[in-house]
Amino acid sequence: MTAVADLMDYAEVVERFDPVLGLEVHVELNTKTKMFCGCPNLFGGEPNTHVCPTCLGLPGSLPVVNGKAVESAIRIGLALNCEIASWCRFARKNYFYPDMPKNFQTSQYDEPIAFNGYLDVTLDDGEVVRVDIERAHMEEDTGKSLHVGGATGRIHGAEHSLLDYNRAGVPLIEIVTKPIVGTGARAPEVARAYVTALRDLLRALDVSDVRMDQGSLRCDANVSLMPKGESEFGTRTETKNVNSLRSVERAVRYEMTRQAAVLAANGRVTQETRHFQEADGTTSPGRTKETAEDYRYFPEPDLVPIAPPGEWIEQLRATLPEMPAARRERIRTEWQLTPEELRDLFNSGAVELVEATVAAGAKPGEARGWWVNFLAQEANSREVELTAMPITPKQVARVTELVSSGELTNKLAREVVKGVLDGDGEPDEIVEKRGLKVVSDDSALLAAVDEALAAQPDVADKIRGGKVQAAGAIVGAVMKATKGQADAKRVRELILERVGQ
Amino acid sequence: MPNISREEVAHLAKLARLAVTDKELDVFAGQLDEILDAVAKVGEVAAEDIPQTSHAVPLTNVFRDDAVQPCLSQEEALSGAPAAEDGRFRVPRILGEEQ
Amino acid sequence: MTDLTRLTAAELAEKIHSREVSAAEVTQAHLDRIAEVDESVHAFLHVDAEGALAAARAVDGALDSGAAPVSSLAGVPLALKDVLTTRGIPTTCGSRTLEGWIPPYDATVTRRLREAGLPILGKTNMDEFAMGSSTENSAFGPTRNPWDHSRVPGGSGGGSSASLAAFEAPLAIGTDTGGSIRQPGAVTGTVGVKPTYGGVSRYGLVAFSSSLDQAGPCARTVLDAALLHEVIAGYDPMDSTSINAAVPPVVAAAREGLRGDLTGIKVGVVKELGGEGYQAGVQRSFEAAVEQLRALGAEVVEVSCPNFGYALPAYYLIAPSECSSNLARFDAMRYGLRVSDDGSRSAEEVMSLTREAGFGPEVKRRIMLGTYALSSGYYDAYYGSAQKVRTLIRRDFDAAFERVDVLVSPTTPTTAFKIGERVDDPLAMYLSDICSIPSNLAGNAAMSVPSGLSDSDGLPVGLQIMAPALADDRLYRVGAAYEAAREPVLDRLPELKGAV
Ligand SMILES: [Mg+2]
Ligand SMILES: [Zn+2]
Repeated sequence: MTAVADLMDYAEVVERFDPVLGLEVHVELNTKTKMFCGCPNLFGGEPNTHVCPTCLGLPGSLPVVNGKAVESAIRIGLALNCEIASWCRFARKNYFYPDMPKNFQTSQYDEPIAFNGYLDVTLDDGEVVRVDIERAHMEEDTGKSLHVGGATGRIHGAEHSLLDYNRAGVPLIEIVTKPIVGTGARAPEVARAYVTALRDLLRALDVSDVRMDQGSLRCDANVSLMPKGESEFGTRTETKNVNSLRSVERAVRYEMTRQAAVLAANGRVTQETRHFQEADGTTSPGRTKETAEDYRYFPEPDLVPIAPPGEWIEQLRATLPEMPAARRERIRTEWQLTPEELRDLFNSGAVELVEATVAAGAKPGEARGWWVNFLAQEANSREVELTAMPITPKQVARVTELVSSGELTNKLAREVVKGVLDGDGEPDEIVEKRGLKVVSDDSALLAAVDEALAAQPDVADKIRGGKVQAAGAIVGAVMKATKGQADAKRVRELILERVGQ
Repeated sequence: MPNISREEVAHLAKLARLAVTDKELDVFAGQLDEILDAVAKVGEVAAEDIPQTSHAVPLTNVFRDDAVQPCLSQEEALSGAPAAEDGRFRVPRILGEEQ
Repeated sequence: MTDLTRLTAAELAEKIHSREVSAAEVTQAHLDRIAEVDESVHAFLHVDAEGALAAARAVDGALDSGAAPVSSLAGVPLALKDVLTTRGIPTTCGSRTLEGWIPPYDATVTRRLREAGLPILGKTNMDEFAMGSSTENSAFGPTRNPWDHSRVPGGSGGGSSASLAAFEAPLAIGTDTGGSIRQPGAVTGTVGVKPTYGGVSRYGLVAFSSSLDQAGPCARTVLDAALLHEVIAGYDPMDSTSINAAVPPVVAAAREGLRGDLTGIKVGVVKELGGEGYQAGVQRSFEAAVEQLRALGAEVVEVSCPNFGYALPAYYLIAPSECSSNLARFDAMRYGLRVSDDGSRSAEEVMSLTREAGFGPEVKRRIMLGTYALSSGYYDAYYGSAQKVRTLIRRDFDAAFERVDVLVSPTTPTTAFKIGERVDDPLAMYLSDICSIPSNLAGNAAMSVPSGLSDSDGLPVGLQIMAPALADDRLYRVGAAYEAAREPVLDRLPELKGAV
């Protein structure tokens, strides 16, 4: 259907052009109710059951601002190092669209609640990039339409549409960056790292579910190119529908290679909205607008201005959790991690779990080893999120304790952990039930040693003759006989004792 | 000051989603011109330093508690719908895109 | 037996509460009167006889069982402007686009009336979406002025005021965006009050211009208006612009006023609201009213409000701008009219065709005017400048109220004009509201009280009284005193016939 776009080789793109990024992220807040009415803010539900006169836009209905949403907006602004407006208003953004019950979106326009901030973003190799934040403002989400009768159930070719307004009026915070320049070849990575850092920050603030797959975090990526050496920005495109962190990176990279090919062929980049195709990582043009939209913004007369008192802002500042970047630095120094170890730890998404495990008594290295290696692999093969694994940091800590005290070998410890994951109980119960405890009873071990020596008299002779290395074969036999539950070091000592070495 | 053309009226009608007739275009062009001429008078006293009043009463910080209130039932929500299907509002096919 | 429809609301309440008559009898008397005269007056778009009688019987039942009346007006029926939502009763705003729409919820005003035990007789006619000064813009035909059926009853709330003048209802609710309570009150010889903006909840009032709209009481006497004011006013958490303060003591003020003494009250005559362009009979009636106030002991001074001359142009930018946005929701998707949905057309086309078919010319004109005024290239010159004028108007009021307690002017420059006279001349129509608009822009309280008949044409004239925001009680004090000193205007109403 769409012609395959010419693409320029990425290495050539970054040699010839400087990319400029602008990222707009919409975050659905996790308040109990919607932005302007008391309907529940819940994902899904029977269609048109979380609606009232206000969020359905019925004649006569009026909005009232959710104070909690304002609080979240201010906390987000503070966490993004923004200034908080001392006085601001909502505005109406007027345009017709059936998903939008009033045919205007109640949003902030030239008076955002938070502005002029920044977010420090750490790339995979530890390099830190500062992304400047233009603004964070409050608005409301739209309803959802279902397109019926088209070949693919999509908007094109549909015969009619069905509207559900459960999502209409859900509180949104739109966070807009200033143009991000100077990132060169790393632009796509910066884009992903920024959205990742933002997601982590929002999660730490506990203001949103930040589920990109469910749309509670949505990213639009603006990309333009300018030839090396120039400083005037090129024409940008805005790619929508980027529903995962990986897609953010792919979409930016794709747009760079596509726009570069257009420019190299002396073409002009069309200013337009484009859609990201998850399947093949390409972007495709939306409908080009015949004329520039004129949203006819004006101050929302149904809502009064917001003038957050200074004390309120300071109270909210005091509720901010440790910011992810600061935490990263603290963890690096406290646990003395190399950049690679730090990266792996953060990439695994197990930081909280490791911290909790350490808090429960484990050594940082051990806790990290369990979560980042063994449990991450287990989670992978079980196809669940690491955070959803049925084992608690306390249980992991107990296992490391059993290993350090010599009661479990590393191998046995893994079995215990698997037992916990399979729902067999607490680590100590599993050790008990399965008899996994290291056999440290010398009399039981001696019997096994004697048996093994008797079975292999030639080896016994060799040891007696001074070939101590030969003891390995006997150790192996004892371990086999005790199903691995013996402490190999002690077995070796007993063998040497027995043969009088 | 204003001299509003038929084309401008047509553009306004499009923005406002009004499928006006040709005859209306003429009538409205004349009337809007006349009205705009009269109301442009506000410019005479609207000096730079005068603040704009958007609200008749100077209130600020009117907030609602984040507490769930009863919703309409699906039946009530759809009671005025010109057409409905599967608990949803049924509308003609949508051509435009979300903004 | 006394004709129940001729009594005031206060008298009816007293008779009902003392069980001299039942609320059902009073309601039935008014329903009968509606059946008798409304074919010619056309004040009502919808009569809810069953609902009104049920509400009346509920009041009677409670009183019979010995309970105290739930409010000072319990059992007194009323007419409700069709711009306030009523659960289970059609609400059309005088527009085709909402024909047959039955709201699933009550406006706060409606809820308060129901809770106070006022049976709702029906919904009254109005200019479509409250845009107009004559009620001729109703999609369902004009209302006729009971004083002269060839004339308009004013607008937009012509139905509410006409229902009072025609004795179809003892009380009515109107809404006033630029004068839609006061101007119909003036030209029908009835009382109308626009409370302080934020004094009465707008929740469920179908918005025309959100920053100007205000619901208020319509009645035949100042005291009746005060009693109704008290029932509907007060803080509502559902309306963000609702004022969280005690309702001004309007009933006490009206009773105080009825004693007929205005000693100590300072009255300002607004220099800019009068003179050229005002009908001679109106001007003379106003001058006589001022003399009357002086005779009652008030001190009268002239006050200048130099920016009032810019109020009308500012209003005709702000109100259309807000309405262009408020009326965007009427799009044929969720409720109301839908035309041309033959399966071949897109949602966008059906929206445009339905809005074209569903709105009348005045509504379209204002939507386009507002769309223009808010457009990016014109915003500052039009909408922005108009909001600055609003600041100037408020400053004029503030300065004036430093000097005087209330301001007075004619309510409207002429008496009721002929049906059809101004329909094709929007600017001439807009002049009807030249005196009432400043109070909407500034948000203060204002009342129109009958000041006799014009000696030019024998039709009613209104005296406008304006008070600072939250000082609504001053209107009632002065209005009641003035009213008490004059002969009741409606006694001179010509007998209404069953049909034109
Ligand atoms: Mg937005
Ligand atoms: Zn709702």
